[in-house]
Amino acid sequence: MDRPQLLSAAGLERRLGDRLLWSQLDLALAGGDRLGLVAPSGAGKTLLLRTLALLDPPEAGTFHLLGRSPAAWGLPRWRAMVLYLAQRPVAGGGTVAANLRAPWRFRERRGQGSWSHGRITGWLAALGRDPSFLDYDAERLSGGELQLLALLRGLQFDPTVLLLDEPTASLDGATTAAVEALLSDWLAAGARACVLISHDGEQIERFATRTLELQR
Amino acid sequence: MTPSSAGALTISDGRLALSGLLILVNVGLSAALRLGLSRSLLVASIRMVVQLLLVGFVLEWLFHQDQAPLILLVGAAMAMIAGVSAVQRTRHRFAGIYLNSLLSVMASSALVTGLAVTGLIRPQPWYNPQYLIPLLGMVLGNTLNGISLGLDRFMDGLRSGRDQVETDLALGATRWEACQAVVREAIRVAMIPTINSMMVMGLVSLPGMMTGQILQGAAPAAAVRYQIVILFMIASATALGVFGVVGLAYARLTSADHQLRLDRLVRPRGGR
Repeated sequence: MDRPQLLSAAGLERRLGDRLLWSQLDLALAGGDRLGLVAPSGAGKTLLLRTLALLDPPEAGTFHLLGRSPAAWGLPRWRAMVLYLAQRPVAGGGTVAANLRAPWRFRERRGQGSWSHGRITGWLAALGRDPSFLDYDAERLSGGELQLLALLRGLQFDPTVLLLDEPTASLDGATTAAVEALLSDWLAAGARACVLISHDGEQIERFATRTLELQR
Repeated sequence: MTPSSAGALTISDGRLALSGLLILVNVGLSAALRLGLSRSLLVASIRMVVQLLLVGFVLEWLFHQDQAPLILLVGAAMAMIAGVSAVQRTRHRFAGIYLNSLLSVMASSALVTGLAVTGLIRPQPWYNPQYLIPLLGMVLGNTLNGISLGLDRFMDGLRSGRDQVETDLALGATRWEACQAVVREAIRVAMIPTINSMMVMGLVSLPGMMTGQILQGAAPAAAVRYQIVILFMIASATALGVFGVVGLAYARLTSADHQLRLDRLVRPRGGR
């Protein structure tokens, strides 16, 4: 197997107050990897994803994406490629479509085209949603719909590594299965990998190709 | 009746004491409705009287001074008090917040008051304390409110908008792209009182300085001119001060690595 190495992190350490959550943690992701994080609540699963997206100041450790350091990429570019989807997604004012378009205006994305209506409606169809979903008021979405919006908002940029923090926690069984199928297709379409947090052990078993256990 | 140039009528000690009885209205109301304010009302009244009487003496002394360094030192002390009080009314703190506030208050008030005494009102000499100190005081009093509002709103906006800011950062936004809505809102809110007061100026409120000049026998038309200059000074100093303090807080609560650093925010001990 010579799948390309995408993301590697070595010697990670994280404290929460006085408590050491983990130390000397190494992690490597190659194309096609679906890493499931397994740990009890409070062990710092979310913090690990935030650490990989460099949303928190790192306490220790080195990071490389396609062989380059975060400083070499620039932080906004790093996060565009190692994209973190939060557990509790938020949307700004306006319609779903407006929310999908908004991040295209960031300096990081400028000149990279804009959102593709066709691609989004294709994904929506795969998730059993009508294109009229795009016209919904984003501030009135249910928790599950908000998760779908956040997922599409991230997927449309084709990040190299997708960090998923309980992406289907508020979804029904059928939509959850559709999301998993959609993610599988998307991951297979390029050199991509993802890390998944889920409280649903069966989902980890179903979806992840391997797991990483965090000790308390 | 013609305005006298001899100044306003003097208030005797007895009548001054009599005016203090007016506070009994508040005390009575507080007691009747059990607002629990009687104590603070009395303390506030006593503080107000003592502070003002002392300031009367200090100003009397100060107005007879003619050394620029001494007068500027008094001005700097006033600005420091304003900078510190602006922070004391905020609900959160970060290391360096006092320095940020001091820098913003001092730079904005020095610039605007400096321009006013050297270019607009032109007392002789420019540091004439009878002009410089009251002008500076009015500018500081208003800048303080703006800075306090702007800082509080900015820190609160980052806290309540944290998920939105971090969502944008996670999607590849720079720290400025992620925070600019919060920055704008804080500056907007901090400017509202100034704009409101200019809107109704003269219709609803007769500002204290103008009232004072008129009581002193100044022609209302002349007093109005001072008021106009003062209001423009206040508006620009507030804008500069708020812009400075929110900008410095933004630099402190985000990092060059485009991270939100709310871990630098703390609640003051014994704060509200």
